[in-house]
Amino acid sequence: MSVANTFIGKAAVLKGLPEHPAVKAILAWNPQALADAKFDRNELTLTIAAEEIRAAAATVQAAGYNFFEDLTAVDWSPSSPRFQLSYHILSHAHKERIRLRVLVDGESPSVESITPVWPSANYYEREVFDLFGVRFDEHPNLRRILMPDDWVGHPLRKDYPVEGYR
Amino acid sequence: MTDVAGTPIREAPIAEGARDQHMVLNMGPQHPSTHGVLRLVLEIDGEIVVRLYPEIGYLHTGIEKTCEAKFYQQVVPLTDRIDYLSPMANNLCYCLAVEKLLSLEIPVKAQWIRVLLSELTRLNSHLVWLGTHAMDIGALTVFLYTFREREGILRLFEAVSGQRMMTSYFRIGGLSMEPPLDFFDRVQKFIRTFPEKIDEYSNLLTGNPIFANRLKGVGYLSAADAIALGVTGPPMRASGVDFDLRRDMPYSGYEKFQFKVPVSTDGDCWARYLVRLIEMRESVKIIQQALNGMPEGPIKADAPKIVLPDREKMKTQMEALIHHFKIVTEGFGVPAGEVYQGIESPRGQMGYYVVSDGTAKPYRVHMRNPSFATLQALETMCKGRMLADVVAVVGSIDIVLGEIDR
Repeated sequence: MSVANTFIGKAAVLKGLPEHPAVKAILAWNPQALADAKFDRNELTLTIAAEEIRAAAATVQAAGYNFFEDLTAVDWSPSSPRFQLSYHILSHAHKERIRLRVLVDGESPSVESITPVWPSANYYEREVFDLFGVRFDEHPNLRRILMPDDWVGHPLRKDYPVEGYR
Repeated sequence: MTDVAGTPIREAPIAEGARDQHMVLNMGPQHPSTHGVLRLVLEIDGEIVVRLYPEIGYLHTGIEKTCEAKFYQQVVPLTDRIDYLSPMANNLCYCLAVEKLLSLEIPVKAQWIRVLLSELTRLNSHLVWLGTHAMDIGALTVFLYTFREREGILRLFEAVSGQRMMTSYFRIGGLSMEPPLDFFDRVQKFIRTFPEKIDEYSNLLTGNPIFANRLKGVGYLSAADAIALGVTGPPMRASGVDFDLRRDMPYSGYEKFQFKVPVSTDGDCWARYLVRLIEMRESVKIIQQALNGMPEGPIKADAPKIVLPDREKMKTQMEALIHHFKIVTEGFGVPAGEVYQGIESPRGQMGYYVVSDGTAKPYRVHMRNPSFATLQALETMCKGRMLADVVAVVGSIDIVLGEIDR
């Protein structure tokens, strides 16, 4: 496995990968929305401002990143902002994957749903809501998906007890 | 409305006011054709499906949460249990992800054996799919034929790893042990006769008018819908999207193998059946290439602080014993970072997202399992069709509930 160049930080990525289709599309759309960027282990991560995620998803979709592959969250508790959402988006044409990263606060976390852009995000957003308690505004059916409907708590949060009687 | 032979079906007289009443029907969670513990809530108008939504989570065991409490190497057996029909695909995806985090170089022989066993896993999984799918439709015989060959594959798995199903054979940094001396000969023997066996299944099913009528034109999914709903793998390719991670974004040395990716534009259950049959033939070709060109060399990476030492070395070398003790009791630190590794599992695009904070335990492991996304397309495929077609469609998308619920 050859380790390619690593660019940490927005300025380094913009300098190192000026011709990358996703970077170009995001810059042409709204340079302010790109909060941070990273190119590490051959994977491009673009950190997007939380309120802009749906528009950013539509932008990369128009740039050829046509397939929504995965969405999940990471709980960075106790640091702030607490939740990181990672959207993995694949391009059939460029044969490449990018990661859109959104940071959300721990206090009543919520972001815009990207289901209008990719209906396939439906189950993934429900899963993140179920297991992390991050709400997705305008989601068509934001119910628990894996845990029972009357479950209390969000099991994949780091402060969720892993042993003992609840 | 016509029956399968094209004869118009006369509508039964319906009482006044009853026409607009829909019935809600629960299919599952204990239903033999749902391939596990899947509950489908169907809203039906007579026999026509008006709405359908899957209720999942009956098999949720919190594997992602469990991973956070284990050392990196202890997660490997957990990945077996996600998809009991393709354990090696899960092992491979997880190991590749952690190796990417570690920037660890894997010996060529280990890569080739991984490819060989991944393709055997694909055959194993497709055989179970074919047997159960045909059984759902009513062709009970095929099941016995496919399980005969599946038994052969499970014996190969047992020979190589000691386990028939929960193999845990791929480890971080290579393989758990050398395959037995006669292993490649046994694979060769199996592969030599396997294409004839595919002909046998094809003879039983492809010309079977009942089977064909139950599948042709049923469960249509367009290419645009497949992409919009996250469908991957054989169902996506049967809808006309020509994309296969093995060919387009190769991993574990797949770029060295020649194979075709079957694509159909019909988008129905029949196309999915044909695509998977051709995929099995292509897998045989890949296995043959792996056997012919199997390189010599070690099967574990040269990383004593990550890969467990051989048993013999442990008994004779002080350092090996120390490394063994340290790895087993303390694990090994993995550089902080996040990676996503995608592979083409038998059911579609699988992905493991591993986040490390620099300690010996993963901070977060997330699995993108193909069945989970494919299930979203079920309503699109079944809407407006007969109730009995739901069984055919569920069979044709080849879901495993273990990997949906995790």
